[in-house]
Amino acid sequence: MEPIRFLGPTLALSAILFTLGVAGVLIRRNAIVLFMCIEIMLNAVNLSFIAFAQLYGVSGSIMVFFVMTVAAAEAAVGLAIILSIFRHRQTVDLQNINLLKG
Amino acid sequence: MAEFVFYLFAGAAVLGAAMCILQRNPVVSAVWLMSMMFSLAALFILLGAQLIGILQVLVYVGAILVLFLFVVMLLNLGRATSDLRGPAGITAAVVIGGLLVIELFALWRYTPGRLAAEVAQAPQMAAQLENAFPGGQLAQQATEANGVVGAIAAPMFQTYLVPFEITSLLLLAALIGAVVLAKRRI
Repeated sequence: MEPIRFLGPTLALSAILFTLGVAGVLIRRNAIVLFMCIEIMLNAVNLSFIAFAQLYGVSGSIMVFFVMTVAAAEAAVGLAIILSIFRHRQTVDLQNINLLKG
Repeated sequence: MAEFVFYLFAGAAVLGAAMCILQRNPVVSAVWLMSMMFSLAALFILLGAQLIGILQVLVYVGAILVLFLFVVMLLNLGRATSDLRGPAGITAAVVIGGLLVIELFALWRYTPGRLAAEVAQAPQMAAQLENAFPGGQLAQQATEANGVVGAIAAPMFQTYLVPFEITSLLLLAALIGAVVLAKRRI
């Protein structure tokens, strides 16, 4: 029987990666890098799902599968939005994209 | 040995994520993100989720990151100037990130025993850990009986059939949305 391994360290790694993703969203202005930071956060959550899947069975793995699907859909639509913004404004710098700012 | 491999790939993942958010060039960021995703795939395999590790490489590295690189090259952003926010943004990031990491770092001390005690609200459950989480053992038996893919495929097409079908709607919506948004003229 394989023991349950690295539960605490995996959750801590997941916390560090999620925090790095949040920090990236806060310090960058490039919209494409922002999407990469969102992918980092999704990956961190996937890691904690896998850590708990060792205890609770395959439901965690199936959730990761769904998260990957949502991430793929989000990346496709988000990058299409960035493309169409770039076509209008010639920039992906979020500081120059402030049409909805009050 | 397993510990060495775990901490090696954990360090590589943290390095990859940190360099991804600090590099100025989006292409370099994407390549560091790729290294982080490969490290995470190795960790998934180490933690007993072999199929998810393979899917991580196929879906994230093979599809999503290639999409990112494709868009970066399409927009010709390679020589962008620094896009870090000013001091206010960096202070906000440090404060929010620090609070978040303090809040989440208590997770370092989690063991299956402590988790069992908290879930069961009874400390004596921690002693009989073998019975506290039957799901993991059932999953291992299923893996031994049906193989790595079969152990995930059977619940996915039985218990999770409806969410799986809804996923196809999501992908269809994303497909149509991406085409409509990116096309110049319908």
